[in-house]
Amino acid sequence: MKYRIVFRKRFRTGMIFEGVLPVLSVLAALFLAGVALMFFGVSPLEAYRAMFRGALGSWYGFSEVLVKTIPLVISGVAVGFAFRMKIWNIGAEGQIYMGALATAAAVRFLQSSSQFSMLLAMAVAAVIAGGFWGCIAGVLKARWNVNEVITTLMLNYVAIHLAEYFIYGPWRDPSSLGFPMTPPFPPSARLPQFLDTRVHLGIVAAIVLVLIFRLVIRWTRWGFEIRAVGENPKAAEYAGIRYGRNVVMVMFVSGAIAGLAGMTEIAGLQGRLQPGMSPGYGYTAIIIAWLARLNPWGIIIVSFFMGVLLVGGETIQVIMRLPLASVQVIQGCILFSVLAFEFFRNYRVLLVRKERN
Amino acid sequence: MSLSVPAPLVMMRGIEKSFVGAKANSDIDLDLRRGEVHTLLGENGAGKSTLMNILSGLYTPDDGSIFIEGEERKFRTPRDAISAGIGMVHQHFMLVPTQTVWENVALGLEDQPFSLDKNSIIAKVRDIQERYGIHVDPHAYVWQLSIGEQQRVAIIKTLYRKADILILDEPTSVLTPQETKALFQTIRQIRQEKHGVIFISHKLDEVIDISDRITILRKGRKVATIPVQNASKESLAEMMVGRRVVFQIGKTLQNPGKVVLKAKDLVVRGGRGIVCVDKFSLELRQREILGLAGVSGNGQEELCDALAGIRQIDDGAIVVDGVELQGKPSREFQKKGVSYIPADRIGTGLVTGMNIRENIALRKYWRKEFTRFRFFVHWENIAGRTGQLVERYSVVNPGLGFPARMLSGGNLQKLMLARELADDPRVVLAVQPSWGLDVSATLFVRETLLEQRDRGSGVLLVSDDLEEILSLSDRIAVIHKGKLMGIVEDPDSASEEQLGLMMAGTSLAEFLPDDVPPGHVPVRAVP
Ligand SMILES: Nc1ncnc2c1ncn2[C@@H]1O[C@H](COP(=O)(O)OP(=O)(O)O)[C@@H](O)[C@H]1O
Ligand SMILES: [Mg+2]
Repeated sequence: MKYRIVFRKRFRTGMIFEGVLPVLSVLAALFLAGVALMFFGVSPLEAYRAMFRGALGSWYGFSEVLVKTIPLVISGVAVGFAFRMKIWNIGAEGQIYMGALATAAAVRFLQSSSQFSMLLAMAVAAVIAGGFWGCIAGVLKARWNVNEVITTLMLNYVAIHLAEYFIYGPWRDPSSLGFPMTPPFPPSARLPQFLDTRVHLGIVAAIVLVLIFRLVIRWTRWGFEIRAVGENPKAAEYAGIRYGRNVVMVMFVSGAIAGLAGMTEIAGLQGRLQPGMSPGYGYTAIIIAWLARLNPWGIIIVSFFMGVLLVGGETIQVIMRLPLASVQVIQGCILFSVLAFEFFRNYRVLLVRKERN
Repeated sequence: MSLSVPAPLVMMRGIEKSFVGAKANSDIDLDLRRGEVHTLLGENGAGKSTLMNILSGLYTPDDGSIFIEGEERKFRTPRDAISAGIGMVHQHFMLVPTQTVWENVALGLEDQPFSLDKNSIIAKVRDIQERYGIHVDPHAYVWQLSIGEQQRVAIIKTLYRKADILILDEPTSVLTPQETKALFQTIRQIRQEKHGVIFISHKLDEVIDISDRITILRKGRKVATIPVQNASKESLAEMMVGRRVVFQIGKTLQNPGKVVLKAKDLVVRGGRGIVCVDKFSLELRQREILGLAGVSGNGQEELCDALAGIRQIDDGAIVVDGVELQGKPSREFQKKGVSYIPADRIGTGLVTGMNIRENIALRKYWRKEFTRFRFFVHWENIAGRTGQLVERYSVVNPGLGFPARMLSGGNLQKLMLARELADDPRVVLAVQPSWGLDVSATLFVRETLLEQRDRGSGVLLVSDDLEEILSLSDRIAVIHKGKLMGIVEDPDSASEEQLGLMMAGTSLAEFLPDDVPPGHVPVRAVP
């Protein structure tokens, strides 16, 4: 008796299923990554245990996880916001850099001893710069229907290199012994940190942004428009919702939030602008938004999980002498299995007995 | 073996087929004799297409058997079925638009040599055309043909493959009355040649006209097979729906009021930049239903999109209640009381992933009474309103928070009617409002439109179903290739013949006696 595999389209997905699937896909990812870790020559179980201990085994580890969670939540909200309208903003990374660049510019040119006005100016600069960067793709899409995936992706490189130009060039700290970095920010330009840890005020910004995200999407007229366009653009057009204007606005807001992530990261943590200020938070945010199914609370949970992964990854780099790439391999595995499991969300896989003819 | 009764051409026994969540066919038997036209009659979703897709090898049945001339056969692919002499013209048949008719006929032939023998193919095509009276130029490109002509190509294609058993899935749904007549001529010819034809439809008049026997399906089950002599429209409808159906709807004469919608010399382009609506003018008055008849795809949808402000117009004017609206955003049209029931419910009119409240909100959320603190949606008010509307339009639903996709087709349409009609709009644009609905939902839609007319709205009813147009309209306009063929002022005086010819491109002026100036309006007395 022979069997063959049949794929059937699903009509409904149950709520439990919706919740279980992300967990399953993460488990599958950990398994895949485990195989990869074996190739690196370490026992996956031991590696995971070390990761877990490093990230959650101590208060210090936990606080470091929070530190990583902050930019991830903020850029996750940025990306998720655009995704709600099915605008694929892949450019959060570049928008983070633009935000950080504008922050550094504000610090450089607007010296003020008042911490409040300094931080406000930095935030406004970051929001405008990130928003502008997002807007470019939005306008191109609204006007000429240019695919935003390509433009936002391209603009990432432009933004990163632009930031590097200033860091290596005119804004380089003369007293840095040749290291590429701007001078350290004055204390008035630093976000306060809490309780001897590196957790900074950005955590409040992250939580507030999640709440606003939820509020806008769920309760405002604009949020309703965004959801309608995302669910069915033709129906939205029929409803009289203007697509072009919304694309531009959503890309602005999305970019602005990502820009803010850049600001909190350098004002709260690094205290200066240097190359590699974001190790790909903007890209990880895409995975986060996707895994969270664009749900605001989900973004917090998944970001925290990613934070664990990053901190744990640093631990095993040190303890097990693994290359930096190993954590990225794990992340890649997760994205891969999320996409693979998306298939199972849409299709049932059945084993069917072949009839003999 | 007894020689007396030859085995039927096709014998299907105990056919079962389930899809996820739906039993499409259960325990269905069907016989087709030689020289017979056998009609499958049933509402949308009754399982007609599924049963025929099984016979033509597209689906494999979960259970049951198929006999061709007494011999059991199992079709695993359409190819198997074709070689057994079965040819099916699908509801949504596919041809290659960039190729000619004869190339399309030759496409996918079994024993194809390296190069096609063009002359012999064309000779064979012409032979088929001759024999069955199917007229279409073999050298024409498919994109040049109307839907009706394309259907003829699809039929030639199956006959070319020596189909002994021809299955036609709702062929008349895309045809004018004249084209339907021509098709029936062809079907009778095929019957004459002792082939078998399975014909699918849910239009009762034509079923009685063409069939020898009729098998009625309801909800995936066979209700009965009866010879046409024993069938009446009423009995068929009752078997099809499962209860008594009243065909008459009470339409009273109304005294139309002033003009609410005026379109002047509208020029509208379609998706590919082709002019779809060409210098189209029309006036719609209060308390009237203006039927717009035409074969679908002749610019009706583009016209209505333009009249609703959703599609840009190239030229012309749109005036609602004396205010010019052309070039304004569609929200302005909504504010002036233009309602729109688009043909594509699921793709355009509703957001099936959103819940019922949100679907009611879709074209109302911007209104004052549904706005709070300027930027926020007043969901409580929307919920309250939705509750009333769902009740008033009897939308059967699992709960207002459930996604609209969980509603059945009829209830989806009721939901849209509720949203579009509840506030007594000035203008109602209704495109194919009863398309694909079952009999009772169709009746509900039609009665609701009439009621809306009586409440003072001007209704533009677009339909390719002449019966619907004739039974509802106070005046009838006919569109062909985006042009107005004329307006028949008195539907009672219009014959289906005449409307059919107009739908095929004859303008009304050609029917009028010479001394009556075109555009002359016979005034109707109002009691
Ligand atoms: N490919 C399919 N997948 C899932 N369900 C289907 C499919 N085809 C038909 N159905 C379901 O089977 C039922 C019968 O459909 P169909 O045979 O197309 O009806 P009819 O042709 O009589 O309108 C419907 O409920 C329909 O939703
Ligand atoms: Mg069908």
